[in-house]
Amino acid sequence: MGDTPNLYEALRHFADSWALAALTLIFAAILVWVFRPGSRKSYRDQADIPFKYDRENR
Amino acid sequence: MELIKPGLLFLAAVVAAIASGLAHDTQFAVHMALFAAIGLGLAIWTITSSDPTGRPKPAGLDDGIYMDGPIRYGVIATVFWGVVGFLVGVIIAAQLAFPDLNLEPVLNFSRLRPLHTSAVIFAFGGNALIATSFYIVQRTTAARLFGGGLAWFVFWGYQLFIVLAATGYLMGVTQSKEYAEPEWYIDIWLTIVWVCYLVVFLGTIVKRKEPHIYVANWFFLAFIVTIAMLHVVNNLAVPVSFLGSKSYPIFSGVQDALVQWWYGHNAVGFFLTAGFLGMMYYFIPKQVERPVYSYRLSIVHFWSLIFMYIWAGPHHLHYTALPDWAQTLGMVFSIMLWMPSWGGMINGLMTLSGAWDKLRTDPVLRMLVIAVAFYGMATFEGPMMSIKAVNSLSHYTDWTIGHVHSGALGWNGMITFGAIYYLTPRLWKTNGLYSLRLVNWHFWLATIGIVLYAAAMWVAGITQGLMWREYNAEGYLVYSFVETVAAMFPFYLIRTLGGLLYLTGGLLMAYNVWRTIRGENTQTVPVGTVQRGGLLAAAE
Repeated sequence: MGDTPNLYEALRHFADSWALAALTLIFAAILVWVFRPGSRKSYRDQADIPFKYDRENR
Repeated sequence: MELIKPGLLFLAAVVAAIASGLAHDTQFAVHMALFAAIGLGLAIWTITSSDPTGRPKPAGLDDGIYMDGPIRYGVIATVFWGVVGFLVGVIIAAQLAFPDLNLEPVLNFSRLRPLHTSAVIFAFGGNALIATSFYIVQRTTAARLFGGGLAWFVFWGYQLFIVLAATGYLMGVTQSKEYAEPEWYIDIWLTIVWVCYLVVFLGTIVKRKEPHIYVANWFFLAFIVTIAMLHVVNNLAVPVSFLGSKSYPIFSGVQDALVQWWYGHNAVGFFLTAGFLGMMYYFIPKQVERPVYSYRLSIVHFWSLIFMYIWAGPHHLHYTALPDWAQTLGMVFSIMLWMPSWGGMINGLMTLSGAWDKLRTDPVLRMLVIAVAFYGMATFEGPMMSIKAVNSLSHYTDWTIGHVHSGALGWNGMITFGAIYYLTPRLWKTNGLYSLRLVNWHFWLATIGIVLYAAAMWVAGITQGLMWREYNAEGYLVYSFVETVAAMFPFYLIRTLGGLLYLTGGLLMAYNVWRTIRGENTQTVPVGTVQRGGLLAAAE
């Protein structure tokens, strides 16, 4: 490509540095959030949603 | 005022008729004529069915808080397209074993193969996804479907897409992209329908009465949004003319290949996995009558799939012109997917903990559970095949076909059958299914069919791969290609037999669903279950 700016190289380096770090951090933050203390009860309630509005028992 | 809608429909029909007359090729003319006929028919139907006196309509099944009409139609469409798709599958399997069965040009393998894949993935799977997502979103948000008649447009618009795609394949309309064969005008139609689907689904979530959005809806929403994105990008193409069916994609070479497999693999990841996981997270808890094993794990399952699946596509392009780092990236992310997949499988299976005995008495639950087991098997096999060294043996062989079918027949098929058996008595408000015995027969026919299919394709694929790479001391290849084809014959026969068993199971389901809808119920006890009463009670 000579001295013309190489879009492919630029995007590729952005992808394997800042973008990778940002996505990994967001993912890790979600995992931490899911296992936050005190969430046990709210998750138990949310798991019951399919039975909350549709109680029929045939 | 009430003439505006039929007027617009009539106008659209006239435009389509003109396009049909001026079309550059027969295929486009036929499809525009189809549009014209449907537009005209709808215009007439709108006028004749309008009721200016405003009399109250007779009460129907749909007057509860939930809108179930499009779901009922969706269940029937799923069963119908399922049987059609399985039948075409058996036909093309037989064509591979006996090439004389290729009836040129309309019924040869190359035209029937996309008909089979689209019929099972998009017609059978797609209708199942639309119907179950509409059912689940209403019952987990306590809200009626958003948009009134828009849900009906989604149902019928989607059927029109299927008919356009299927008739197009038979006439030779294809842009030669695997699982994205329909040409530009069919793609535009699907985009319109899909955006309406998103509006109905998202609108229902927005007006929900339950503050939390149940995890099944997250999976469905991810499926709808991602498929919209994949479909639009992969089908970016320039039509040769606006009155002809042919178009050319804007990408070329390795970029085109990467976009195609970014689409292709994420269609597997989001259409065939995320959407069907939405079914798993609703129907298994409902059928077992206990909440999902770990809701926390289901959230981790969701976000892990979302973050990882989108990168796995390049594993379809190992040892090609795609840069090496991209191939390795695809392989690494495929292997990492192992963990969330198995986490999800364990979550589904462990939902039964404390209620495993229900597997003995409930063939519908058995279907849902074996689906999850096949999900685990396919998501073990897939990452393994994405490893470059394994892929050098397995790629382009029938092993790939076997892998796809243990996922599609085992996971997608079985969980859809379970969902249909769950939904039918509830949607038509009958007292249970017509026959649980037939469900049991369906279960075993389908399971044995898959085992025959997958086992035959493992042997066929590895045989093929080894024969292709075998070379002698002088460095020449030992086998000519046609010798490797001839070696496949017994395995192709076994595969056809497996497909035939699976089709038979599908026919039993169609019969069972039909008798259930007609309100007949034999109250039979499934084969091989322990019964209270009768001899046992007499002995006590």
